[in-house]
Amino acid sequence: MMKRTLVRCFSMIPQPPLDGFTPVLSEETVSFHYTKHHTGYYNKLKAFAETERPDLLDKSNEDIIKTETGFAFNQAAQLYNHDFYWNSMSNKGADAPSGELAAKIVVEFGSFEEFKKAFQGQVGAHFGSGWVWLVQEKDTKKLKIVQTHDAGCPITDDNLHPILTCDAWEHAFYIDYRNDKPKYAENWWNIVNWEFAASNLL
Amino acid sequence: ALDPHIDKETMTIHHTKHHNTYVTNLNKAIEGSALAEKSVDELVADLNAVPEDIRTAVRNNGGGHANHSLFWTLLSPNGGGEPTGELAEEIKSTFGSFDQFKEKFAAAAAGRFGSGWAWLVVNNGKLEITSTPNQDSPLSEGKTPVLGLDVWEHAYYLNYQNRRPDYISAFWNVVNWDEVARLYSEAK
Repeated sequence: MMKRTLVRCFSMIPQPPLDGFTPVLSEETVSFHYTKHHTGYYNKLKAFAETERPDLLDKSNEDIIKTETGFAFNQAAQLYNHDFYWNSMSNKGADAPSGELAAKIVVEFGSFEEFKKAFQGQVGAHFGSGWVWLVQEKDTKKLKIVQTHDAGCPITDDNLHPILTCDAWEHAFYIDYRNDKPKYAENWWNIVNWEFAASNLL
Repeated sequence: ALDPHIDKETMTIHHTKHHNTYVTNLNKAIEGSALAEKSVDELVADLNAVPEDIRTAVRNNGGGHANHSLFWTLLSPNGGGEPTGELAEEIKSTFGSFDQFKEKFAAAAAGRFGSGWAWLVVNNGKLEITSTPNQDSPLSEGKTPVLGLDVWEHAYYLNYQNRRPDYISAFWNVVNWDEVARLYSEAK
């Protein structure tokens, strides 16, 4: 078979350090989540592209999210969502946002505490599989919290720009928290990567 | 009791935490209203009769309660094997063979993306395989479930992690076919 030079293709970030999110997420969770679930989406999309849709091999995660539905959308969106999730977290770095992001959070939510309460409440309340996002509206530059269901991704709305995300699928927290999703959501603040969040601001 | 197919810790958490939460939240939603007189199956069979402001809560938590209540009756440590009698005949004539039925059911269970259930239902007297998202019940579509498999990750994660197909294969070892047959004869 001829070797293709891929201009761009759907992708996933390299594996984060297994101990990069302790003590909130155990090494076991990170390992399973990345090597089974996240990698699983990549492998399924690759197999599908190679056997039925070679045109997808020239499309990035974002391309596929914006043009496909069904199976291809689900895999590509989960690739995007999981990349964003790993990037949204780190057990090093600041405990809270600063500068412009901190100021915008206060403007939009009243205080950092109220923001956290609202966000983690939505993680706890999301029914079934999904994601909770801090996003910025492109037109107003306002911050908003949005939920997406299953593989839903906010970039399908042209006006939304993601800042942070928390995975609310059960596989994200079941090993470490069993059914206690609210505890996971509460602990999650200890590993949020505020530097990454700030870097996403428009 | 369903070990090794479904582990004890999963059964315990599934029943005492997840199912229990659906019941609690359902009761909270319908407290004090006339809906509290209805059975949970009646509630989910007619969601349009539920006021809009609590309809989602009833759909989700009523569905969760109905689905899980049914699910526990369909599992048995003495389960497995094959159905017999009329149900076996109907499965054969509808799906070709018991193996073909299992294949199609497994495909529905594996193919349900995100959280949900796979079902064998009776619809207008006929057997069908379907799946529903989240805690939606086939009763809401006028179909009567006679066999169901919970494919929310909480149903299998501790023992199987992402290996949902392995969980589905193991499920056949604990199916209470007597109960499925009874439900079928009532529904057809």
